[in-house]
Amino acid sequence: MATAPDLREIEQFLYHEARLLDENRYDEWLDLYTDTATYWVPLERGQKDPYETSSLIFDDRKLMEARVRQFRHPRRHAQTPSSRTCHMLGHIEPLDDGVGNAIRVRSNFILVEFRADRQFIYAGACEHRLVRAGAGYKIAAKRIDLVNSEGVLDGISILL
Amino acid sequence: MNSLNVPKFSDLIRPDRVHRALYTDPMLFELEMDRLFGRAWLVLGHESQVKAPGDFFTTRMARQPVLVTRDEGGAIRVLVNRCPHRGAVVCTEERGHTPHFQCGYHGWTFACDGALKHVPMANAYPEDPRGLGLRLAPVPRVAVYRGFIFGSLASTGPELLDFLGHMRTSFDDMVDRAPDGEIEVAGGVFKHAYDGNWKLMLENHNDTYHPAHVHASSIYAAKEQSDDTPTTGAGEIAVRQMRQNGVPPDVWDGLGLWTAAYGHSLMGDYHDDKRLVAALKDPTFAAYRAALERRHGPKRTDEILGVARFNTVVYPNCTFMSQFRQLRILHPVAVDRTIVYTYSFRLKGAPPQMFRDTVAFANVVNGTGSPVLTDDLELYARVQQGLLTQANDWVYVGRGFGGDVPDRDKTSRGSVGTSEIHIRNQFAAWAQYMAQAQ
Repeated sequence: MATAPDLREIEQFLYHEARLLDENRYDEWLDLYTDTATYWVPLERGQKDPYETSSLIFDDRKLMEARVRQFRHPRRHAQTPSSRTCHMLGHIEPLDDGVGNAIRVRSNFILVEFRADRQFIYAGACEHRLVRAGAGYKIAAKRIDLVNSEGVLDGISILL
Repeated sequence: MNSLNVPKFSDLIRPDRVHRALYTDPMLFELEMDRLFGRAWLVLGHESQVKAPGDFFTTRMARQPVLVTRDEGGAIRVLVNRCPHRGAVVCTEERGHTPHFQCGYHGWTFACDGALKHVPMANAYPEDPRGLGLRLAPVPRVAVYRGFIFGSLASTGPELLDFLGHMRTSFDDMVDRAPDGEIEVAGGVFKHAYDGNWKLMLENHNDTYHPAHVHASSIYAAKEQSDDTPTTGAGEIAVRQMRQNGVPPDVWDGLGLWTAAYGHSLMGDYHDDKRLVAALKDPTFAAYRAALERRHGPKRTDEILGVARFNTVVYPNCTFMSQFRQLRILHPVAVDRTIVYTYSFRLKGAPPQMFRDTVAFANVVNGTGSPVLTDDLELYARVQQGLLTQANDWVYVGRGFGGDVPDRDKTSRGSVGTSEIHIRNQFAAWAQYMAQAQ
């Protein structure tokens, strides 16, 4: 597909991903990702790779599937009660011309999590690598850089 | 009971149970900072964090900010991170390299050994402040064992080797596994917090009774996971580790669990997965074993790899996994809030893939977003909340009570691997520390 990307379509796709997470529709969320996708929340600012340095989360398809399955188990204690979340996305901008099969998209986000009478706020920048799949997109990689990734954090038991 | 009416320490601990005040009373927490954390040897870090003169990192001892440096002469120094002038914290960086430390308030400048080098506009002082003994105060005692840096805020007490006792062998295990005989901190530092008392983590790390219940969901998720799903290798390690937590009860009960003086303990290992523990069939491990044999020969290599341990607890501020190259340092913040720093280590001379596996293992076992760790943190918070109830003042730690047996090198062994002997032992040490004023 050699047409330039439609920014509106990309925005709608990212909003859709966020909505699936906010509505705890994890199986549908997983379906947005390719079989070889990675989901990465680096530990360090500007972290180069997920293999030589630890990550808050670094999931391949295998671990993404296990993580989603874990949500369904009645003894997923850290999600009992389950979190309610609200994603706010902004500053959505393509990072390349997208002429071809793939496009990288940068966005900023604020995420509020409420669970067990406590509220947590996460914020940061995302980079999605999207690939054309039929009429729409799939996510080949998502990188989430939290502003406080190097700070002290309570356990993260949600998907960002 | 409340803070204004604390009973005697001996009333708080019984042979098989302990009063909830030890987890909830803010005044006892303050006393712990003074009498326990202010006295015991604390693990501060590793020499590889201060390789060259001028290297430094900051940490805390009993909540107080300290600075660990390597001075111009190559010696390791542990200094209280507080300006002797008006009291400001001097170094605000987590780590780095510097020729000197300068206080942000009035520019007093200190050498890496803590000596006061420069005082701006010193002429207005009746006497040169450098002649008054003003400096970054050294922590009273510092010692190093196999590259691990320890400090104590007390000027007297047991020597480090006596304090560690049999736990020395776990530090040996960690270092001996390096083909080049050296390890180094690498791969980033996790910092996570939980809403619970510091003791809860130390009790949990050698608690082999909990995984089947606390980790039921990650065990389930991993056991149901197809082996055919694409992986970068990282998810593979994670899924294998989560499955291992689901070994049958007789495996947990059959493990060794040993305690020693000063509250320490260590447990045997439960792993039989050949991607997680050294096995010849795995190409990475085969190359690793060959590297060890080149240095030590086959007999010594067998001995090194034959040590099978999971967690070692060095009471009161550290737990580590010698076989899996993980070390956590805990920082009590308040009676109901604890911060934990987790470090990974690289085995020098081992194949590069070994460290990649260490990183993946760290993520799933100690990572802030780990499917495993997050369930532990939730349970710590639930215990903390539950202990605020007044209906029952006692926490029961009687599992295996009466079956503890003396073992080699001044240790005691639990009658079963799921014994709570390590918790009873921690409270015995707690009572000893707390009974004496500094």
